Amino acid sequence: MSIAANTVNSDGSFLWKRPHFISNPLLRYGLLVFSVVYLMYAFGTLEINFSRVMRGIPRAMQIFSGAIPPDFTSRGSLIVTGFIESIQITILSTTVGVLLSIPFGFMAARNITILPVYWVGRAIIIVARSLHPVVLGVLFVKAVGFGAFAGILTLIIYTLGFVGKLIAEAVEEIKYGQIEAIRATGAGYFTILIYAVFPQIMPRLIGLSMYQLDINLRASTVIGLVGAGGIGNTLNSAFGRYDYGTASAILLIMIGIILIAETVSGKLRRFTR
Amino acid sequence: MSSLTSGPLKDLGKETYHWQRYTFKQRMGRYSAFVVVALLLYWTLSTVDVFWPWVWSAPEEINDMLYRMMPPNPRAIPEIIPVLIETINIATIGTLFAVIISLPIAYFGARNVSPNKITLAIARVIIVASRSINTLIWALLFVAILGPGPMAGVVAIAFRSIGFMGKLIGESIEEMDWGPVEALQASGSGQGHIVTYAITPQVMPTFWAVAILRWDINIRESTVLGMVGAGGIGMLFQVAIDLFRWNTVSMVLVSIILVVLFGEVVTGMVRRKLI
Repeated sequence: MSIAANTVNSDGSFLWKRPHFISNPLLRYGLLVFSVVYLMYAFGTLEINFSRVMRGIPRAMQIFSGAIPPDFTSRGSLIVTGFIESIQITILSTTVGVLLSIPFGFMAARNITILPVYWVGRAIIIVARSLHPVVLGVLFVKAVGFGAFAGILTLIIYTLGFVGKLIAEAVEEIKYGQIEAIRATGAGYFTILIYAVFPQIMPRLIGLSMYQLDINLRASTVIGLVGAGGIGNTLNSAFGRYDYGTASAILLIMIGIILIAETVSGKLRRFTR
Repeated sequence: MSSLTSGPLKDLGKETYHWQRYTFKQRMGRYSAFVVVALLLYWTLSTVDVFWPWVWSAPEEINDMLYRMMPPNPRAIPEIIPVLIETINIATIGTLFAVIISLPIAYFGARNVSPNKITLAIARVIIVASRSINTLIWALLFVAILGPGPMAGVVAIAFRSIGFMGKLIGESIEEMDWGPVEALQASGSGQGHIVTYAITPQVMPTFWAVAILRWDINIRESTVLGMVGAGGIGMLFQVAIDLFRWNTVSMVLVSIILVVLFGEVVTGMVRRKLI
């Protein structure tokens, strides 16, 4: 944010210019050139096939005309079971996932563990965080078969990655007064964890669990696309049958349920705080 | 231990004082919350459609799969690198489109600057619909419309990100300081000048933070787009799974982890530089 970019006229008047976002001109134009070159290259790799897009437009019309009006009734019971299964997957995976992420989160907190344990904990959390739930879903469907169980396992790992990381961060930010106080009574390592560390992260943990319920509900709607149970399964087969009326009904209910879940989760978080 | 917390602490005349952490009402509230959670879990466990024998054999099956995956097949790397680059390209271009489109949507979706109720409602509906439908479902739709390939992936990423960025940037517009706007109005400037000189500078930090965050998320998301035919590394993953080439699968998984870590490192660097 330098004023040097502004010009002072010969009569001493001063013309104000907005400071540049990046003050170093070399870096500024360098980044600009780099982005332009990169974008040209990247757009070149997109293989936009206009004749295919043209042919796609009537197809899109066909999809939308099939999708309007949404058909809630003809597959109504399938939609209801699908959503109930999604909610069950959400509840189970959030519960187990949050419980599991406590030990892993503690393992990945630098200030309360020894280095080898820290690396193991960090590695597990990094792997769990990096893999998209759909990738995990495919793997678990291959390993344990189609259905809700694969979905539950998938979201447990997903929860582990997200909540585990945030628990580790919360543990790294704790105050040491409590630890010293408990240690002064002669408590051992695990007693310190339970009475000095855990109470400090408890409020954060409850808030996170509520948030994770919301996230898992969203994720549970897609992992069904690869066969891991829930409403995604129903949606996938509706798409597969070209039954766009049912598909749009599912999407509309999904939007509604996710909005409700978001509000409820927000309310619960505010309430527990 | 128990004598310290529940024993008599001070003598208040005849009655002894017992320390309790919660009042009776709070305690009842906590108990009922526990009961609700327990009932919910009971209902879920008793009705969920799970074939239990598969659950008990799961550790064995997962072990078996991991065993087949070891070691990752390095000969798959020449196949992986081009699709990995494509994955990053999809995420970047998709985020770029989303950035461009989400700015007006954020403006119209912010309660304090939106011109009227109708524009506000339209922007809100776009934000909600975009946010609630997952990238993969958008991709499913656009593969049907645009045909398989990275283009469908780019559009799917953009459609999902518009709502996310529109919502967060709109919220930061709603929370901004109104002083600069009034100052510009007092100097007689038009709406365009107000946007560039009063709103934009205040929203800029949030804008960059949100754009970077979304790029990071989009790299993760674009790793799976290929599974529905929308380009990127997902296609290779699906093919390897279908052909039971487990060593290639594990190599793909390793490369996905690496590219996600790459995204995280880059966003971390840019974030430190910018914010």
